Amino acid sequence: MDLQQRFVAGDLEAFEQLFRDHQRQVYAWIVRIVRDSASAEDLTVETFWRIYRSRSLFRADGNFSAWSHRIATNIALDHLRKSRRETELPDNLLAPLAPDPAISSEMRARIRSAFVNLPPKYRLVATLALIEDAPYEEIAAAAGITVALVKVRVFRATRMLRKQLRSLSVETGAQS
Amino acid sequence: MNQEEKKRVDSADRQARESDDLNQVKHLLRQAMPPVPQEQLNPRTDLWPQLRARIESQLTADQASINPSSSSIRIRVHWFDWALAALAAATLIFFPGIIPSLLYHF
Repeated sequence: MDLQQRFVAGDLEAFEQLFRDHQRQVYAWIVRIVRDSASAEDLTVETFWRIYRSRSLFRADGNFSAWSHRIATNIALDHLRKSRRETELPDNLLAPLAPDPAISSEMRARIRSAFVNLPPKYRLVATLALIEDAPYEEIAAAAGITVALVKVRVFRATRMLRKQLRSLSVETGAQS
Repeated sequence: MNQEEKKRVDSADRQARESDDLNQVKHLLRQAMPPVPQEQLNPRTDLWPQLRARIESQLTADQASINPSSSSIRIRVHWFDWALAALAAATLIFFPGIIPSLLYHF
């Protein structure tokens, strides 16, 4: 029996092996979405816990990586929905690698505030597509939507952000 | 410029504007919230012990539910059900005459 078959049969050692093979990928995906390492660790455990509980639904010849990404995305999206108003990004993720002198720290704070106010499903695709530069196909597969819908959501998120930034007096044509 | 050419130019203009918007917003976002650095894409601790503890506690709970003698499980009954049972009992005690008719209908 191979690893995935043993996992489906309830073998805890096989599950541990799958966990060790995939935990980094799952954690990296989640931390890109929620942007907080402590929450990402909790959500990674929650993801694998749900994977273990629903192992009977998994086909032993299926793609474990795709399945785990799908579950991780749903869990991260739920987290964004629950923590929408209280999201504070940790300091270590706030400093840009090449800061634009035309953008003040106050303006950065306003941009973050506008971003946190986006509806979670738009925030999810905007984070992955615009900040993390994840391919649209990867986002679509993980979120269980079509590539066309990812493009639509990115477009709408951009429009909402522009509108919000304008109302916060942030000039969107500040690109250097 | 005919109608078709005008449409094509308008569409190209719109696409260019949308692409500009996207790039500007992307630039602003990446300045305010840069991508997660490579070195922070790993969990800080081994998460397996936490997950294993959760699985084991669930297994213990499952075993307890299969074998009720190993633990005391309290069944909670809603107060409304107790009230209905008391009402039914009081009716039978104070009006025993309805017992034969109930038996007939059952």
